[in-house]
Amino acid sequence: MNIRYEAPKTVDQAVQLIAADPHAKIFAGGTDLLVQFRAGLRQPTAFVDVKRIPELTRITIDRDGLRLGAAACAAEIGEHAELQRLWPGLAEAVHLIGSTQIQGRATVGGNLCNASPAADTTCALIVNRAECLISGPNGERTVPADAFCTAPGRTILERGELLVAIRVPRPAPRTADAYLRLIPRTEMDIAVVGAGVSVTLDAGGVCTAARVAIAAVAPTALLVPDAARALIGSPLDDAALALAAEAASAAARPISDKRGTTDYRRTIAGVLTRRAAVIAAGRAKTRVTDDG
Amino acid sequence: MAKIHIHTTINGEATEFLCEPHDSLLTALRDAVGLTGTKEGCTTGDCGACSVMLNGRLVPACLVLAPEASGQAVTTIEGIANGERLHPLQQKFLEHAALQCGICTPGFIVAAKALLDVNPNPTEEQTRYWLAGNLCRCTGYDKIIRAVLDVGAANR
Repeated sequence: MNIRYEAPKTVDQAVQLIAADPHAKIFAGGTDLLVQFRAGLRQPTAFVDVKRIPELTRITIDRDGLRLGAAACAAEIGEHAELQRLWPGLAEAVHLIGSTQIQGRATVGGNLCNASPAADTTCALIVNRAECLISGPNGERTVPADAFCTAPGRTILERGELLVAIRVPRPAPRTADAYLRLIPRTEMDIAVVGAGVSVTLDAGGVCTAARVAIAAVAPTALLVPDAARALIGSPLDDAALALAAEAASAAARPISDKRGTTDYRRTIAGVLTRRAAVIAAGRAKTRVTDDG
Repeated sequence: MAKIHIHTTINGEATEFLCEPHDSLLTALRDAVGLTGTKEGCTTGDCGACSVMLNGRLVPACLVLAPEASGQAVTTIEGIANGERLHPLQQKFLEHAALQCGICTPGFIVAAKALLDVNPNPTEEQTRYWLAGNLCRCTGYDKIIRAVLDVGAANR
């Protein structure tokens, strides 16, 4: 085996390395890549470790929102009180990934780039209108999180492009998110179905904005505008929640596999959407100010 | 291809080793450094047998590339006892008979120490969730959990 290990210190160096060698792989937490490598599924010519690039591991929150370095590990996100307060659904999606040990390695950027249909963080990013900051040989570009994954294991990243960070706008007052996934045990499993919801309420409790996304029910996580429309304008009563659940089930186009059948997944997509909407609404009520 | 020369700190001591670029930290610890206390289980990050601390963070050594250790601080099971004096976790594991074959034990001790470092007196639920990534096929876990909780109780 003739594999290099590279640890660039800057984004430009990393981009040069992967632009010059199409078989070099970006290496962050390694929880997917090293498993695939040891199983013989991937034979990269180089591991380009991006964790020595400060802006890839940094987590900052300012007036505009969150800038999450693509290679910041899950445990670090779990320790970030302000992030958990402003984006509890994103924080719970990150927390659901793997064991304590895996949390010490796994990254949100890696979760996106691995492009699993069942990735837990993708729905939470999508409902929070996250944007992916990408650097490449031709400069920088920004892509919405819901457009980043294109198929299982495939993303919009072109040759030489690196996912640098994820930017999430600061939530408006009375806005909150939630993420739920179904697994047959209490943890350490892959989602049978996942659902993320973000809602904004007015002072009277009426929903003025909403985003709904579902995972593990299509080749990529799906944004479900019809489910959001069912919630907007309602006080999130039973009728609206039922319509949103119906819309999520209708949007789901799952496969049957060892984790669940098509029918079961379709039903659960609705159930989780409804429950996540209720949790998000409960949180939104407590976030009265911009700072809340 | 020539091996890479890595300078790192293991259990507080400056250490050097040679490794292939794609070697795991687990392989380097066991085969290059000779610290065989860290065990190889699944090599896919699922079993926790190779748990070590990297810069104070609990990680599976099988999913860390050996060259990543360059300039970093690694703590292994060999760094847990204070000389001949066992760490309280090691003592309680013995008292509670919290091990049988012992392959999972170093990983459990390192992971449990990482828990107590951040939460000196955890609840049973916190302990069980924290250690969910450490698999044991002998004990049924209960004795392990009791041992960790016992150390936590002594920290009260």
